[in-house]
Amino acid sequence: MDDKPLTKYIRTDQVPMDIKEYEHSGGYEALRKILKTMQPKDVMDAVKDSGLRGRGGAGFPTGMKWSFVPMGDNAPHPKYLVANGDEMEPGTFKDRLLLESAPHQLIEGMIISAYAIQADIAYVFIRGEYTLAAKIIQASLAEAYQAGYLGKNILGSGFSLEMYVHTSIGRYMCGEETGLLNALEGKRANPRAKPPFPQSSGLFGKPTIVNNIETLSNIPHIMNNGGEWFKKLSLTGEGGTKLYGASGKVKKPGLWELPLGVTLRELLEEHAGGMKDGFKLKGLLPGGASTDFLTEEHLDVNMDFTNVGKAGSRLGTGTIIVMDDKTCPVGFVHNLEAFFAQESCGWCTPCREGLPWVQRILNAIEEGNGEMRDLDILSYHTKYLGPGNTFCALAPGAMEPLQSGLKYFREDFERHIKEKRCPWRS
Amino acid sequence: MAKTAKITVDGKTYEVDATKNLLEVCLSLKLDLPYFCWHPAMGSVGACRQCAVKKFRDENDKVGKLFMACMEPIVDGMIISIQDAEAKEFRKGVIEWLMTNHPHDCPVCDEGGECHLQDMTVMTGHDYRRYRFKKRTYKNQYLGPFINHEMNRCIQCYRCVRYYRDYAGGKDFDVFGVHNTVYFGRHEDGVLENEFSGNLVEVCPTGVFTDKTLGKHYTRKWDQTYAPSICVHCSVGCNTIAAERYGLLRRVQSRYNGEVNGYFLCDRGRFGYEFVNSPKRIRKPLRKNKETRQFEELGSEDALKYIRKLLSDSKRIIGIGSARASLESNFTLLSFVEKQNFYWGESDRNIQLIQKQYDILRNGPARTPSLRDIEKCDVVIVLGEDLTNTAPMIALALRQSVRQEPVQSATPYRIPHWQDQAVRELTQDEKGPIFIATPLATRLDEISETYRAAADDIARLGFMVANSFSDRSPLVSGATDEQKKLSGKISEALKKAKRPLIIAGPSLQSEAVIEAAANIANAMITSGKTCELCFTVPEVNSMGMAMMDITHQGIESAFEALKNKPADTLIILENDLYRRAEEQAVDSFLGKFKNVIVLDYLENSTSLKADAVLSSGSFAESDGTFVNNEGRAQRFYQVYDAGENIKESWRWLRDIMLNSGLHEFGKWKILSDFTNALSKAMPVFDGINNITPPPGFRIAGEKIPREPFRYSGRTAMFANKSVHEPKPPEDIDSPLSFTMEGYRGKPPSSIIPFFWSPGWNSQQAINKYQIEIGGALHGGDPGKRLIEPKSGKTPAFFTKIPQAFSPRNGDWFVVPVYHIFGSEELSVNAPGINELTPKPYVMISSEDAGSLGLTSEKQIELEAQGKTYSLPAKLNLGLPKGLIGIPKGLPGMPEIKTGSWVRLKMG
Repeated sequence: MDDKPLTKYIRTDQVPMDIKEYEHSGGYEALRKILKTMQPKDVMDAVKDSGLRGRGGAGFPTGMKWSFVPMGDNAPHPKYLVANGDEMEPGTFKDRLLLESAPHQLIEGMIISAYAIQADIAYVFIRGEYTLAAKIIQASLAEAYQAGYLGKNILGSGFSLEMYVHTSIGRYMCGEETGLLNALEGKRANPRAKPPFPQSSGLFGKPTIVNNIETLSNIPHIMNNGGEWFKKLSLTGEGGTKLYGASGKVKKPGLWELPLGVTLRELLEEHAGGMKDGFKLKGLLPGGASTDFLTEEHLDVNMDFTNVGKAGSRLGTGTIIVMDDKTCPVGFVHNLEAFFAQESCGWCTPCREGLPWVQRILNAIEEGNGEMRDLDILSYHTKYLGPGNTFCALAPGAMEPLQSGLKYFREDFERHIKEKRCPWRS
Repeated sequence: MAKTAKITVDGKTYEVDATKNLLEVCLSLKLDLPYFCWHPAMGSVGACRQCAVKKFRDENDKVGKLFMACMEPIVDGMIISIQDAEAKEFRKGVIEWLMTNHPHDCPVCDEGGECHLQDMTVMTGHDYRRYRFKKRTYKNQYLGPFINHEMNRCIQCYRCVRYYRDYAGGKDFDVFGVHNTVYFGRHEDGVLENEFSGNLVEVCPTGVFTDKTLGKHYTRKWDQTYAPSICVHCSVGCNTIAAERYGLLRRVQSRYNGEVNGYFLCDRGRFGYEFVNSPKRIRKPLRKNKETRQFEELGSEDALKYIRKLLSDSKRIIGIGSARASLESNFTLLSFVEKQNFYWGESDRNIQLIQKQYDILRNGPARTPSLRDIEKCDVVIVLGEDLTNTAPMIALALRQSVRQEPVQSATPYRIPHWQDQAVRELTQDEKGPIFIATPLATRLDEISETYRAAADDIARLGFMVANSFSDRSPLVSGATDEQKKLSGKISEALKKAKRPLIIAGPSLQSEAVIEAAANIANAMITSGKTCELCFTVPEVNSMGMAMMDITHQGIESAFEALKNKPADTLIILENDLYRRAEEQAVDSFLGKFKNVIVLDYLENSTSLKADAVLSSGSFAESDGTFVNNEGRAQRFYQVYDAGENIKESWRWLRDIMLNSGLHEFGKWKILSDFTNALSKAMPVFDGINNITPPPGFRIAGEKIPREPFRYSGRTAMFANKSVHEPKPPEDIDSPLSFTMEGYRGKPPSSIIPFFWSPGWNSQQAINKYQIEIGGALHGGDPGKRLIEPKSGKTPAFFTKIPQAFSPRNGDWFVVPVYHIFGSEELSVNAPGINELTPKPYVMISSEDAGSLGLTSEKQIELEAQGKTYSLPAKLNLGLPKGLIGIPKGLPGMPEIKTGSWVRLKMG
C-alpha cells in the first residue's frame, strides 16, 4: 500500500494528470465506492476514525468538525464546503503543490467531503497570486463535470454538487476561515465571532465546512484504505503523512511528503540536506511565520501536533523556516511583524494598533534607536495580544515568533540597543 | 425581566436579566465598565476589546481569563471581576493603543468636554504615553452642511458605519482601507445622502463626526444652557435637548425617551433649530405705521397698549389658531375670542382628514403605537405616506421593524439577539414583510414590496385586504390582477403576523385611504387578531388640535363665515395663512379686517400684512404642551429667557385679555394655571398638568438647574454692558432654574435638561438615567398617552369604496411630493436645511414625458387654479401615468392643491 498517498498522483515532472490518467491510476474510485456503498454518516465516521486533523495550522480533528453540521431533512440548505487554498502563511508552499499537481485528488476529496456533510455547493478558494493553480483547478473542474463527477445526480447516486473556483483578492485574513467566508460573500475579510461556528451559520448564513487543501486531499485515500491504515502512516499515532517543507539557508530547500511525526533533525539534516556551508542553525519556525521559534536543542522533537506543542511551539503548516547565524534575529522578527501589521484587517484594537507599534519598535531597535524599555513594551504585547484578547488568531500568531525570539535571542536584542546599531550590519 | 440569573461581580451577587449581555448588565447595575463599539441600539460586535473583564470558571478558579463583556451571554452562577488587576491593565492598554494615533487636540476639538473617549481614558487610568513614533494622518471629507469630518481622531470603533449602513440603511458611507489606516467616510467628498446622518455626531465616541452647525457658533457643553424640548418639525414629537448661550440657540440633541425617539433624531429635527437664530426672527413687538406702511418696533408695554387701543373699538374678533402652536396658546386664544369665533388655522380638507383619523383612533379598537412599538411590529402596511419625508423617524423605526421577523430565526441557533454581527450574518438580507403603497417611489422601497398608484387605487387595495379579514368591510369590485395578487399577499403576511401595523396619513388628501387603513385594522381585530394603527398628521400639534373642543372649522370656513357675519379684528396665532390657502383668497380675507394682529416668531407673508405683530417665543423661548401623532401629550420648556419682549403666545394673549378688562384671567399666572384650565374645560386633556412635576417641585429644596455646574463666565459674560452681574432670570413656570445652582442629582425623567453623570461627560451618560440599558428612564418615559383604544365595542366599518383612478387625456392629477428638507415651514429657515432644499419643479412620469417629448429640466407651463406657472420638469420612473407630482411647501413654489387636475403647456 501507498505510504505517500498525497503525492501518489503527482508525476515527477509535476504536470497535473488529466482526468483519464487520474482515473487510470485509481482516481475517483473512492468516490464511486462511497456513493455506492456508504451513507454520509459512514464517511464521516471513517474520517473520524482516521484521526485526521486539519492541515491548515490549527490541527482541529476533521471528522469532529464535520459532525457539527446539521444533517437530515430539516437541515438548512444550501450547505457549503469550502477548500481553503488561500495559502499566505510566510514560508508555506505545500498547498500550492497539491493544487498545481494533483487537482483531481483535491476535487475527489471535496466531492466525498461534500457528500459526507450533504453540501450542495463547494468552492475552491485560491490565493490570488496562485494563478497557475486556479487555471489548473478550473480546467480539472470542467473535466470532472464532463465526466459526471460534479453537477446533478452524480454517478446516478442522487447526490448533486456544484463546485466553483474563487480566487482571492489577496489578504492573509482570507486564510482565516471566517475571514475567508466574508471575502467569499464579497465583504471585507474581517473575522467573525465564534460562536456561531461556520458549521451552523457560515457562508451566507448557512452551514459551512472550511477545510485546508491538504486535509481534503487526504480524504480519497482514507476512503480507499481505511482509518487504520491512515493512522499507521504516521510515526506517532496522529494519523497520516504530512507535506513538510523547509526554506532558509539549507542545502536543499524543498517540500517532502513524510510520515507525520518525523523528527526535526531528520527533516533538516536528511531531507533539507543540512545547513549551507558556512552557516549555522540559530533557530527555526517549525510551521510558518506564526509559530514560536525552536532551536538546536529541539531538533529531536517529533513534528506532530502534540510534540511540537510540548516543545513550546506549534506544528502549524509543517513548513519550517530556518534562521541561520548570519541573519539578524531582530531583523528577522521585524520582517515578520511588518507582514502581520500589514495584514491586520483593522477590526480589533489590539491587533490594529498593537502590531504597528511592535513593528516600529523592532524597526527602531534594528536601526539603532532602541531603548531598553522597548523590550518591556514588546513583552507587554506578547502578553496582551494573546488568544481571547484579540478578535481572531492573527495577532496571537504574530506574537509567537516575537515572544520566543525575545526568549531565545534576548541578548541579540539587548546588543542592538546597547550598541545602538545592528551587529549583523557592517 | 423575562429570564433572570444570578451573577457575581467582584464578590457581590446580583439578580440580572439573562437575555442581555454582560456589558449591558454591568451598565444596568450602574457599574462603570468602559466600551466603544457596543451601542445599546445596535448590539455587540466585539471589535474594540475595551470592555474586558475577568471571568472565572468557578469559585476555585483564582486565575480566570479575560473576556469581552459585550460578547458574553449571561449564565446563571457566572463569576466575573471588573476590578481584577489584569483586566484593568488590559483595559488601560486598549486606551493606550487607541491613543497611539489619536491627536492631542482636545482643546480645539468640538467633542472636548463631552467626549466618550476622554471619559473612557480617564476611567481606565491611562495617563502616560509610551508610544514615541509618528501618528498616522488622514484627509478629511466635505460631508455636507450638517457634519464635520476629522478622521485623524478616529479610534476605529466601527459604530459610524454600523449605524449608517446597518441601522439607518444608508449607502454612501463605508469603511475603506485596512490595518491601522482604515477610513470611515464616503467614496468621495459630498453631502451625506441619508436623512438620519446627524446621529453620527452622537454615535461617534469622539470628535470625528461633529455638529457643523454647532461648530459655526461653538460653545463647550458645560457653557450651554439646556432645556428639555420637543422637536417642532413634524408630528412625531421626538424629545430633544435644546441648548443656548448668549441668546443664540446652539444646537439640538436627542433627548432619550424609550417610548419615542430613543437615542436618535432625523436631520430635520437635529439641524432645523437654526430657524430660531434666523434674521427673519421677530424679536420685538411691531406696529405698522398707518402712513408709511412700515413696521416700527415697540416695547412690550407699548405694544399691549397699542393692541388695547385696536381692540377697544372692535365689535367682533376672529381668532385663528395653529397646529404649530402649543395647546396652551391655542386654548388661550380660544378663551379670548370664544368658540364660535375660533378657527383652527388649517385647510378644511386637512381638518376633516385629521379629525377622521382622531375619531378612528378614539372610537375604534386599534391601538396607536409609540415609535418604540413601531420598531417591534413585524408586518407593516403603509398606505399613501412617504414617511421619510412626512414623519422621518417612523421611517427609521420601520428599518428596525423589518428585522423583527429575521432576528427571530437566530433563536434556534442560540445566537443571542444582541450579537449583531452574527445575527446579520445568519439572516443576510432577509427582511420581514412591509408593503408600501404610494404614488411615488420612496426611500423605504428598498426594504419593502411596493405598489405605485393614485390615492383611490391605494384605498381600493386597502379595502381588498380589509375584506379578506371581514365581510363587514365591503367587497371591492373590478379589481385588477395586480391588486388581487398583491392584496392576497398582504393578507397572507398579515395573517402570519405576530404584531401587525397599518400606517396611513393625510398626505394624499384622501379620506378613502384613511378609511381603508381603519378598515384593515378593524377587520383584523374583529377576526380575532391584533393590529395597531398609526396615523401621521401634518404638524407637531395637529393631533392636539383635533382633540380640542373647538368647532373644527378651517381657513376656508373662516373665509366663508366672514361673508355672512362680518368682524373687524383678526388675531392670528403662529400661522402663515398663505401656506394654507390660495394667495388671492388670503389677501381678500385679510383685507376685510380693520385690525390684523399676528403673534409669531418668524416673519412670513401673513405677518407682513399685520397691523400689529407680537413677538412670540419659538419653542426655545416657550413652555407648552404638544400632542404627537401617537396621542402622547409632551411638554417642552423654555431654554433661555429672551427678555421681556419675547413671550410665549399664551402669555401675550393673557396680557391682552387682562388689558381688555377680562380680569378673571388674572388668575392665569403660570403655565400650570393654563394647563389646569384647559384640562378642566376639556376633559380629554385630563392629566396633562401632571406630565411634568409642578413648578413648585423641589429636590432637597432645590430647583433643577438648566446649566451644568461647570458653567463658566457667568460674572463676565455681560461685563461689556455692566460690571454688575445681572440677577439670573426667574422661571415661574417650571421647577427648572436658569442658573447653575440647584440639585445636581438626576431629575425626574420629564425635566432632564442634559445628560451628565460623574465620569460620564458625553451623551452616553444616558446609561445612568435608565432603569435598564435601552429601556425606560428612571421614573418612566415622559409623556402621557391620551388616546387608548375602545375594546369590546364592535367597530364601525367604512363602506364607501372609491372608483378606480382613470387618467384623463390632457389633464394631470396632482399628487404631493414631500421633502424632508424644504417642505416644512420653520426648518427651511435654517441655513443647512435651506442648502439642501430643492428649487421648485414639477414631476412628470417618464412615460408621460416621453409622449409629450419632454426632457428633464425643461421648463413647462402648468395651468392650475386659473393661473399659469412656469416650472422646470423632473422626470420620474415609477409615477403612474396621468399623475403629476407637485412639491409641497418649497420656498417659491406655488401652492397647488393635491387632488386637483392641472393642464400642461409645453414651453
